[in-house]
Parts: sequence; structure tokens; C-alpha cells
Amino acid sequence: MNHWIIVPVVLPALLAPLIGFVMRHDITLARAASLAGTVALVAVAIGLTLLAADGGAQVYRLGDWPAPFGIVLVLDRLSALMVLLTAVLALIVLVHAIATNWDARGRHFHALFQFQLMGICGAFLTGDIFNLFVFFEILLIASYGLMIHGGGRDRMRAGLQYVVFNLAGSTLFLFALGVLYASTGTLNIADLALRLQQIPVENAALIRVAAMLLMIVFAVKAALFPVQFWLPGTYSNAPAPVAALFAIMTKVGAYAILRVHTIVFGPDIAATDGLAGTWLFPAAIVTIAVGALGVLGASRLVPLITFSVVGSMGTLLLAVAAFSPAATTAALYYLVHSTFAAAALFLIADLVVSRREADALTTLPATVQNGLFAALFFTGAMGMSGMPPLSGFLGKLLVLDALRAPGAIAWAWSAVLAGSLVTIVGFARAGSTLFWKSTTVAVVEAEDAEPVAPAARPGAAPAELAPAMAALAMLVVLAAFAGPLAGFLDDTAAQLFDRAGYVTAVLGAGEEG
Amino acid sequence: MEFVVASSVGVLTAGGVYLILRLRAFPVILGLALLSYAVNVFLFASGRLAIDMPPILSKYGGASYTDPLPQALVLTAIVISFGMTAVLVMVALGAYLEAESDRIDMDRLGSETEDKEPSE
Repeated sequence: MNHWIIVPVVLPALLAPLIGFVMRHDITLARAASLAGTVALVAVAIGLTLLAADGGAQVYRLGDWPAPFGIVLVLDRLSALMVLLTAVLALIVLVHAIATNWDARGRHFHALFQFQLMGICGAFLTGDIFNLFVFFEILLIASYGLMIHGGGRDRMRAGLQYVVFNLAGSTLFLFALGVLYASTGTLNIADLALRLQQIPVENAALIRVAAMLLMIVFAVKAALFPVQFWLPGTYSNAPAPVAALFAIMTKVGAYAILRVHTIVFGPDIAATDGLAGTWLFPAAIVTIAVGALGVLGASRLVPLITFSVVGSMGTLLLAVAAFSPAATTAALYYLVHSTFAAAALFLIADLVVSRREADALTTLPATVQNGLFAALFFTGAMGMSGMPPLSGFLGKLLVLDALRAPGAIAWAWSAVLAGSLVTIVGFARAGSTLFWKSTTVAVVEAEDAEPVAPAARPGAAPAELAPAMAALAMLVVLAAFAGPLAGFLDDTAAQLFDRAGYVTAVLGAGEEG
Repeated sequence: MEFVVASSVGVLTAGGVYLILRLRAFPVILGLALLSYAVNVFLFASGRLAIDMPPILSKYGGASYTDPLPQALVLTAIVISFGMTAVLVMVALGAYLEAESDRIDMDRLGSETEDKEPSE
């Protein structure tokens, strides 16, 4: 049993109260501790990824109780990849929050940030579905605090909606768990997978109910079509670094769908019989349309980005809905890409909006460093909408390539391609209004009411630019090393679909020990 | 007893869903509280309903017992929903104090601020 597996959960869990109680009056100390913790988390995540890459699924039994009775954490390639993604994103976001002073605008930013990381890492690592619920609640309660960080009227009201929506989702999650436990008598993911195979189709009505309830819960997290309404309001009112961190929160939902609906309610299980894919596919197509139209219709910069996040979740879940190893490889590549693309756009938008009077997409006098911001924004937009040089193009190409089944191709290809086109148009319109038309507007009111003309505000320091550039650099890295990465993801997808291997690793390990 | 438990879960859920769909924060919070009561009773019942049975194995043998796991799950769920309700009340209070209105929708926010700002 390798104790490093639990470190991504324990490290932030220990650090957060320490920051919250001991360092709450000293922002410099809290920053240093939070930064050090996140750097350590990245190092541990890299180590775990290397560990997972050259072996099968590894199991950590809490209290050394054997698997169906005790709680287990499972480290396989998928969970290691997600933890690494979380850690790298967290580091980028944290540097941005510190450099732009966002963390000092309210209290307890760093403590909440670490609790958030604990919840996210735990959700990725756990091998027990009730434990998944508990980690969901941890990451949610931390995200409630982060969402309303800094306060303000609109942010508090959007935060209230966010809390209510997710509490309703948590209630559904518990109902689903109750149904699942009542009909199978276990909540361990591997044990569930084993028992569901033995349930005959005619007794499977309750299992189907549980599968669909869980799907709705995860869809709420992943902002899938009928339940995506919370996302634009939440993300566009959240503090910018928090919105960038939330780029991974939607992926938690996508991960949970991948994990639970592949291993537990897999496509080859008679009791559920491909139920998940049947519903996920049309919902994902509508989500792409909603996202694309939202991008086109948005009148402010940050909501525009949030709608592009909705669209990217649609593309991601479209690939997930195929529930095949090839499509899962594509989905995972696109997942990593869209996380960094969304984070980069939110960080760039923060730099731009904080130097303009408003985030409305109107022509205002050009800001300082207009050319630099324009270059950053267009790079991010190219990544997000899937234009060639960056990883978005490769991601969408992989998704399209994986969805060539005769029944799916017409809908999937037209949705992804048309959605991309509309997104490109939306981004191009927004960018040209913000950056190009703005240069033609003269600063007229500089002498009276305006204390400082936009062009005279201080430019972004290198430390403020670095996180956004790092996120964009990740897109370049993803594109440059797409070959090796796709090889790793191929193995990841193969391991995910190897249900027998997962079950043996979790339950078999208990018998030896 | 099955009927009593099942109908109480149903009534609590129906009431909760109705209240969640209200427009003001206070009924919505009450609705979420009702929903969490409903789900707690439901989870408790998922280990089968039994009367006069302890949730532990008796070492004297022969005695029947009821499944202890749902009781542990309910305890966890109660603690979590209690904490979440407390957070929700605080967020709702904050939103009410900031906006001087406890409406839960965002629709009129944009137009209101736009209307107000020129006059100020």
C-alpha cells in the first residue's frame, strides 16, 4: 500500500485549517504557505502520474479494511491525470490571484482555496460512491465561499442561486445513493460493478432510476443542457481567478460520468443497457448549440467566455456519450485542453476588464498594453474555438474522428462543426470590438470627470501576465506533444474500460492483504 | 409502517419541490430543508425497515440485527445538510442585505442597475 496516494487529499486538508486559523492576519504568510502547498501538490501529482503510468490501478485502503467494507482510494491513470491537471491549474490560478491582489479583497481566500483542492482531488481519487458524495460536498462548500469572495450585490445574488442549485443537486445525489444501496447493498464502485452484472434485466428498474439520477447530478456539475442554467450567471459573477479554477469543477462532473457510467453502469451491462449514452448524446448536442448561441449573443466579455465553456462541455460530453475507448481518448484530450483554454480566457479577461470601465462589448478608449492583451485574447480564443495551431483543433479533430459511427456522424459532426464556426464568429466579433475598434476611439473626457484615462492606468506587471501566458503555453505544449499524450490517454481509456481489471485491483487486493 | 414512511418521504419531497420553485429566498431555504429531511428518511429506509432490532451484531448469537450502514450514511448526510443549510442561510442573508431584496432570480438585476446608475 503506497501512502503517497492519499497525500493530494491530506496535504490541502492539513494546510487549509492552518492557513485559516494561524495565518489569517498575515496575508504574506498565507500566500507563501498556500503557494508552497500547491507547488508540493504539483510535485506529488507528477509522482503519482508516473506511478500510475507504469502499473495497474493501485488501491489505498483507509484503516487497512478490505475493500467492500472499508473505504478505498483508487489511483489509476485517469485519476492520476485528473489530479495532475487540478494541481497545475491550481498553481496557475493561485499565482494570478496573488499577483492581481484578488486574494486580499476578502477573507480566507487561501484556506478556502486549499479546501477546494482537497475536495477536487478527493473526488478524483475515491473508489467509493458515497465518499464521492462527501468530496463533492467538500468542494462545493469551499466553492460557495470562493464564489462570493470579495462580496458585492450581483455576486452575492448569483452565489445564492449557485448554492441553491447545487444543494438541490446534492439531494438528488443522496436519493440516487439510497436507491442504489437498497437494490445492491453496496456503495463501493468495484463491488457495484460486480453485483450489477448479476442483476437480471427484469429486476433492473430501480437500477435504471439510480443510474439516471446520478447522471442528472453529474450533469448539473458538468453544465449539461437541461441543467446548465447556473453556469453563466455563476462564472461571470465569480472573481476571475475563482472562475478560472471552476474550469476544473465542470470537469469533475464529466469525470464522474466517465467513471461511474463506464465502470458501474457500463455499456455492456444488461441492467442499464447503454442508457447513459442514449440520453447523454442529444443533451450534449443541445449543450453545444446553447453554448455557441450564447457566445454569439453575449453582450459582455465574461459571459461570452462562460458560454464558450458551456459549448466546450457539450463537445466533451458528446465524446463521452459514445462510451468507447477511442472516443474516451478524444474526450480526455479535449478535457485537458478545454480546462486550460477556459482558465486562460478567464485570466486574460480579468486583466482586460480591470483596465476598462466596463466589461460590455462596446468600443471604449483603448487600454494600456492594448496590443499585448489583444494577442493574448486571440490566442486564447483560437484555442477555445478550435482553430488550427493550438490543441483545440487537435482535440476537436480527435472527437470528430472518434464519432464516425453511422448513426452518430450526421448529428455529431454538424453540431461540433457548426458550433465551432459560430463560436469563432462570436469571439472574432468580441475581440475586434474590444481591441481593434477601441483604438479608433479618442479619449475625450480626460479633462473632466475621468480621473485617469484608461491608457494611463498601470499596465500589467510580468507577474500578472505570467499565469495567463502559462495557461496558453499549456495549450502549445498539448499541441506539440499531442502524440505521446495521445498514447498515454489511449492506455488510460483502455484501463478505464477494463472493468475486470479495476474490480480485481480493488477487491482482489483486499483478499491478499 | 411502510405506508407511513413512504408517504412521509413523498409529502416532504413534494412540499420541498414546491417551495424551491418559489421566488423568494426564505421559502427556497425551507424547501431545501424539507428536501433534506425527506432524503434522510429515505436513506434510513434504504436498509429495510425493521423494528426492535439493534444495528449491531450480537455476540450471543441468534439475535437478528438491522443494517447499520444506512444509519451511518444518514448521520453523515444529516451533518452535511445541516452545515450546508447554515451556509445557505448566511449567503441568503448576505445577498438580502446587499441587494435589499430577497428575490432569488437575477433577471431584473441588469436593467435595475442600468436604470439607477445614470440618476446617481
